[in-house]
Amino acid sequence: MSELALSDEILMGIEKPARYIGNEVNMVRKNPNDVDIRFCMCFPDVYEIGMSHLGIQILYDTFNRRDDVYCERVYSPWPDLDRVMRDKNIPLFSLETQSPVKDFDFLGITLQYEMCYTNILQVLDLSGIPIYAKDRTLDDPIVVGGGPCSYNPEPIADFFDVFYIGEGETRYDDVFECYKAMKDDGSSRVDILHAISKIPGMYVPSMYEVSYNEDGTLASFEPIHEDVPRTVTKEVVMDFNDVHYPEKPLVPFIQVTQDRVTLEIMRGCIRGCRFCQAGMIYRPTRQKDVNLIKDYAVKMIRSTGHEEISLSSLSSSDYECLKEFTYFLIEEMGNQHVNISLPSLRIDAFSLDVMKKVQDIKKSSLTFAPEAGTQRLRDVINKGLTEEVILNGAMQAFHGGWNKVKFYFMLGLPTETMEDAEGIPALCERVAEAYYDIPKDQRNGKISITASSSFFVPKPFTPFQWAAMLDPDTYIERAHHVKDTFRQQLNAKSLKYTYHESYVSVLEGVFARGDRKLSKVIYDAYKSGCIFDAWTDFFDNDKWMAAFEKNGIDKEFYTTRERNEDELFPWDFIDIGVTKRFLLSEWKQAKKGVVTPNCREKCSGCGAAKFGGGVCFERGK
Amino acid sequence: MSEETYKIRIKYAKMGVLKYIGHLDLMRFFQKAVKRADFDIAYSQGYSPHQLMSFAAPLALGVTSEGEYFDAQFNSLIPSDEFVRKFNEQMVDGVYVKDVILLPEKAKKAMSIVAASDYVITFKSEDDLDFTDDNKTEKRKVSDIADKKKKILEVVPYLLEKETIEVFRKTKKNEKVEDIKKGIYKLEVRKDNIYMFLATGSEYNLKPESVLEALCNEAGVEYNKFDYHIHRIETYYKNEDNNLVSLLETGERII
Ligand code: SF4
Repeated sequence: MSELALSDEILMGIEKPARYIGNEVNMVRKNPNDVDIRFCMCFPDVYEIGMSHLGIQILYDTFNRRDDVYCERVYSPWPDLDRVMRDKNIPLFSLETQSPVKDFDFLGITLQYEMCYTNILQVLDLSGIPIYAKDRTLDDPIVVGGGPCSYNPEPIADFFDVFYIGEGETRYDDVFECYKAMKDDGSSRVDILHAISKIPGMYVPSMYEVSYNEDGTLASFEPIHEDVPRTVTKEVVMDFNDVHYPEKPLVPFIQVTQDRVTLEIMRGCIRGCRFCQAGMIYRPTRQKDVNLIKDYAVKMIRSTGHEEISLSSLSSSDYECLKEFTYFLIEEMGNQHVNISLPSLRIDAFSLDVMKKVQDIKKSSLTFAPEAGTQRLRDVINKGLTEEVILNGAMQAFHGGWNKVKFYFMLGLPTETMEDAEGIPALCERVAEAYYDIPKDQRNGKISITASSSFFVPKPFTPFQWAAMLDPDTYIERAHHVKDTFRQQLNAKSLKYTYHESYVSVLEGVFARGDRKLSKVIYDAYKSGCIFDAWTDFFDNDKWMAAFEKNGIDKEFYTTRERNEDELFPWDFIDIGVTKRFLLSEWKQAKKGVVTPNCREKCSGCGAAKFGGGVCFERGK
Repeated sequence: MSEETYKIRIKYAKMGVLKYIGHLDLMRFFQKAVKRADFDIAYSQGYSPHQLMSFAAPLALGVTSEGEYFDAQFNSLIPSDEFVRKFNEQMVDGVYVKDVILLPEKAKKAMSIVAASDYVITFKSEDDLDFTDDNKTEKRKVSDIADKKKKILEVVPYLLEKETIEVFRKTKKNEKVEDIKKGIYKLEVRKDNIYMFLATGSEYNLKPESVLEALCNEAGVEYNKFDYHIHRIETYYKNEDNNLVSLLETGERII
């Protein structure tokens, strides 16, 4: 057994010591001395969140298939251990071999949400790795970022050596070969990074220079060497049926957020909602072969012993073999006493039948995400869900015994008016009324409708990347108004409304479309004690505001400013396939309230067809 | 699900880093292991059926043991050796199944019959102790531990000679002084370690920590739970003849 990095006394004095001991089922064991490359994979949040993430499981498995690489894991130490490690100068360690992160060749950090940025600094700092990339030497690991937030990596560019833009399965082999060839040949760190910057999909921030206009907008973004590519094209898996998938995922001891087998059935989404970044950056939509995922489902349940399996995709209803696959799962998993959870299903006869079979109607609720309260605004955001569809689906479900409904909305969408906001309670009320129109003996007691609004944050690589984010005061006012309007409804007693606070969304808004000027703010916020910002208990808005103030950075420049059509964006050097031209035309269509058909109805020529596969070429299109 | 099920009892060890895994998490670990092994375990009815499994006396976090038990109901049986082998294919470092027995039909749950456990208490060596000088916690020295150990070992043989052995015990509501003597069946020095045989279970439950505290009081040294490592050796029940015997003797091995 390997020695633990923390003493018994420390482990017994902190919450959930199991977060730090590794040793889970399916953990990979290798001798670090037998490999050429040691890679430490980090999810910069607490263990229970990080262990629930599919992407890390995929890369952990893919990397460890190589004999010359040993991939280990690290997560953010919870504040209780953070304190102890600082007090006692204990360096951050990997779970597998319990050895210092600083000794690794690579530290890979997945960037899933903006509010983990200070946790990245925590991980670097506790590891004893210089926080700013420019201060690192050959003794430090190469720090690589990847995941959704790397589609605008600029606010954290100063902290990373490399960003991997796109899907992780494709290019790491090239990076490893490049590194292996150079690590002992006397090359400097800069030489190695320079070489990596020429590998497709790799963005090495130090190889680019930025300048700004007087108004703060980006003036230029140029490589400093001629052989460094001007644009970085995202990596994308085009042979989606022939890519590694973890058949033996790690099984944690402690209960984690997603304590189940997660099976990816499809990547990308055909819908093209205009607020959704995932819907654009993962284009084109690709599906897994149904026989392949059947096989995975069986193997993964056997290798983990999990009692639940869930499907992962942005919109499962659009998976073409969903029926076949779902009924297979019900049959096969039912025999094995495995529960099935099916997120993001459109409510229709099929999904209701499935839900009836896999969950207890009394406990389950129907979920709709119309996102906006009126048809006008739903057309603006290109959300195809109509009131008619919602009412039809709901009525079918009510007749089947359901009586709980959840609605998800956003507030602060472009062009939104008070009328749109009032549309939220109005829609909920109509659903409640439809329920009570059903004769008493045919319905199941009282209805309960829960609606919630989040504060819309415009994201890069969406048609709304030009849009102004609503200012927080107006947002809160609008949310109050919606709440009041809810109280005035006939069926107010059956309706419940909640809305998200504004502070965190404002910060997300800043970083989502931020630039390199923001790294100082993140650094100062971290130095003043901000970590775990995604956790309400730890989030400290005052410290953040002080950090903005100190650096003379105006948040509104990033949030409430509508961008000119010809503005150069900090993320424009990335090519996601979908063109800026297409996004701009979508922005204009949005403002006119004109909808765009989905990829299967009619191709809109977004640009993603250049990758040569997926939905763009279904049925010989 | 067939009506008839077989009750089996599994004896396992929880060692090494597994001592940082809590009781509930260990139960979940075994549930998953049973699934991976593809055992013919019986399930409850309903929307989310669960395996029919129940654990005996829970072990505190930080304690190791080679005498832990749980019961399970199976639809069909395989020989004990098979069970042990198949279980152990699914274990991780630190946890392993030692034996499996078949219980008589009317057997009571392990949880309800546990009456005693024995422990060996070792003093931690230098490596296990956190001596980092950080100005926040009190400095501790190796010599302090050695000195404590000597003083404690000296009083072990005499503690049970006292009329009453009083310690503070925390209950849900308050702290009170309690005489724990009736819960100590045996207390002796074995190879420089302390061996204790104590009451466990619903009738009277005495934790080894309380006995250590009493020893420290007697020896006039300060009690620090981090000085010791507690290891459970076996769990016992009272048989028809009123003797305390291992839970493994509640049934027969399956041949
Ligand atoms: S090119 Fe057409 S089919 Fe392909 S992703 Fe874009 S819009 Fe959809």
